[in-house]
Amino acid sequence: MAVTAVSGSVARPIPRLRRMEDERWLAFALLVPTAVLLGLFIAYPFVEGVLLSLNSTRVGIKGEFVGLKNFDKVWNDSIFRTSVWNTFWYTGVTTVFKLALGLWLAILLNRHFRGKALVRAFILLPFIIPTVLSTFAWKWMFDPTFSVINWTLFQLGFITQRINWLGDPDLAMTSIIIVNVWRGVPFFAISLLAGLQTISPELQEAAAIDGARPWQRFWHVTWPLLLPVTMVVVLFSVIQTFADFQLVYVMTGGGPANATHLFATYAYQLGIGTGLLSEGAAVSLAMFPFLFLIVVVQLLYIRRVETR
Amino acid sequence: MALVSIRSVNKVYDGNVHAVKDVSLEVRDKEFMVFVGPSGCGKTTTLRMVAGLESITSGDILIGDTVVNNLPPMDRDIAMVFQNYALYPHMSVFHNMAFGLKMRKFEKPEIDKRVRDAAAILGIETLLDRKPRQLSGGQRQRVALGRAIVRHPQVFLFDEPLSNLDAKLRVQMRVELKKLHERLGTTAIYVTHDQVEAMTLGDRVVVMKDGIVQQVGEPLELYNSPANKFVAGFIGSPAMNFADVTLAESDGKLWAEAQGLRISIPGEMARRANGRNGAHATLGIRPEDIHLAGPADPADLCFDAEVEVIEQLGSEIVLDTRVGKSAFVASVDPNLRMKVHDRLKLAMNPARLHLFDAGSEAAI
Repeated sequence: MAVTAVSGSVARPIPRLRRMEDERWLAFALLVPTAVLLGLFIAYPFVEGVLLSLNSTRVGIKGEFVGLKNFDKVWNDSIFRTSVWNTFWYTGVTTVFKLALGLWLAILLNRHFRGKALVRAFILLPFIIPTVLSTFAWKWMFDPTFSVINWTLFQLGFITQRINWLGDPDLAMTSIIIVNVWRGVPFFAISLLAGLQTISPELQEAAAIDGARPWQRFWHVTWPLLLPVTMVVVLFSVIQTFADFQLVYVMTGGGPANATHLFATYAYQLGIGTGLLSEGAAVSLAMFPFLFLIVVVQLLYIRRVETR
Repeated sequence: MALVSIRSVNKVYDGNVHAVKDVSLEVRDKEFMVFVGPSGCGKTTTLRMVAGLESITSGDILIGDTVVNNLPPMDRDIAMVFQNYALYPHMSVFHNMAFGLKMRKFEKPEIDKRVRDAAAILGIETLLDRKPRQLSGGQRQRVALGRAIVRHPQVFLFDEPLSNLDAKLRVQMRVELKKLHERLGTTAIYVTHDQVEAMTLGDRVVVMKDGIVQQVGEPLELYNSPANKFVAGFIGSPAMNFADVTLAESDGKLWAEAQGLRISIPGEMARRANGRNGAHATLGIRPEDIHLAGPADPADLCFDAEVEVIEQLGSEIVLDTRVGKSAFVASVDPNLRMKVHDRLKLAMNPARLHLFDAGSEAAI
């Protein structure tokens, strides 16, 4: 009885629900929420940004279409050029250090020792603390007057004069790089550790019996097998670092004398700080080709790994 | 010259798990020695100590005349085949096999020659450019063997190499391993939990349990004269029957008695059991040494049994029977016809009786 009752109710036409039985309609319905979210929060701002960069809009003034004039202006702006150089330098140097230190930590953590779980959890701390908070702490440590780093170096007799960490253009960049490495190493260490744990210890033993020394075992066995994970981690990190904002904004605000601006902070200063909305949009759009290239490389690489 | 001597070797993990207890044995030159036992018996740990993958807590291991206790694996001139093959996934078959030679700085033409020779022996010449993931289990196994034989080591170590293969392939690879060993003549130590592999492959077999060597001997020696109840039960399939009995002397004979069972112990064994009148013991008899009683069988070797399960295997019938409180498995003539719950008269072959001490479980 129950069965016939159910089939009877299905047989009655309920047009909207019936349509869902068609897979094309169902697929469409399931995709709508994602499409709306992506459209509203990514596609729309992106298109607005592009339009803005082709206009002469300022805060309070509705501008008109000016073509690529903003890009031309930005291209000839020396601060922009410094920002481009800074962004590449910042991304390159931090990535090298984060990878090297992260790999080293991962290999250490992959051994068996007492309190392993606790240390692994501890390692993640810099990554868990909100960046703005930890960066403020670092800012104080680099403070010209109250710097605990200076105090320590002074007490140990390494320096006789204060080091003006954030006041000197080169030192300011170095300071920012140090903080970024400190913050980023846990992500590398934990991801690479996860990668290391997928490599069977039998392979190390087989290589040891085959006559490979520890360094050769790393180079011929561990490293090639870890490479896929490493590539993904590096690319993620590069994208994040390339578009970094908080760290520089809190530490130096782009100073001293605009020496530490990155794409993002300069775009913010120009667009929001100065009110030149369309020029700010042009600066942030200038990031796009580089990030696009990185994403393409990443996708191609992942596809290659998946299909082989 | 490549004998392996293991002298009073112990392995203690973390100060409390005593995995290998005072193991001493000699593997002769060109011998195929099999370590067999249930999991956790210390056989793999012993093998890994020979390989240099585990440290030795106490004792000595010698390969040839050299004490290798503190030598790293690479300096022991051994090759090992792992349970999961441990092939380098990112290298082709050729490079997997060539890796050990490359690490030892062999010349390119020599590497090429040795790899191709080994591949020819193993029938994997056509696979040299493939990656391990493109191979079947049996092919991977061959590559793992190839990686071991290209090095021409003094000793081969095998850690349950066939346990990941399906039953049919395992039998096939077993035969090939045997042939390979006859061809190369390299000393080999082979670890397995499968007593059939141990019996078929080993020149000699070491049976281990709880870190202790139970018996070392040729396969038939273990089968015919097991040193204790554990070895008796572990070697042979279907396993040996055991019955708890009381020994009693009467009419000038020694009898093994249990409910529904009264068997006379033959002369030689009875002499060894002298002075055990009234003692408890374990009587052991293999299923193939029990047959349907005929007129020629003396009454003091016969017993009544009730059939509980009949397993028709074609070449034989395996009967699960009940005799008083004991269960007996008998393998009998496949042409016999019988039903469950039939009562049969069975007889034991007196020359094949085993008797074990009830306490120490050692053979009497």
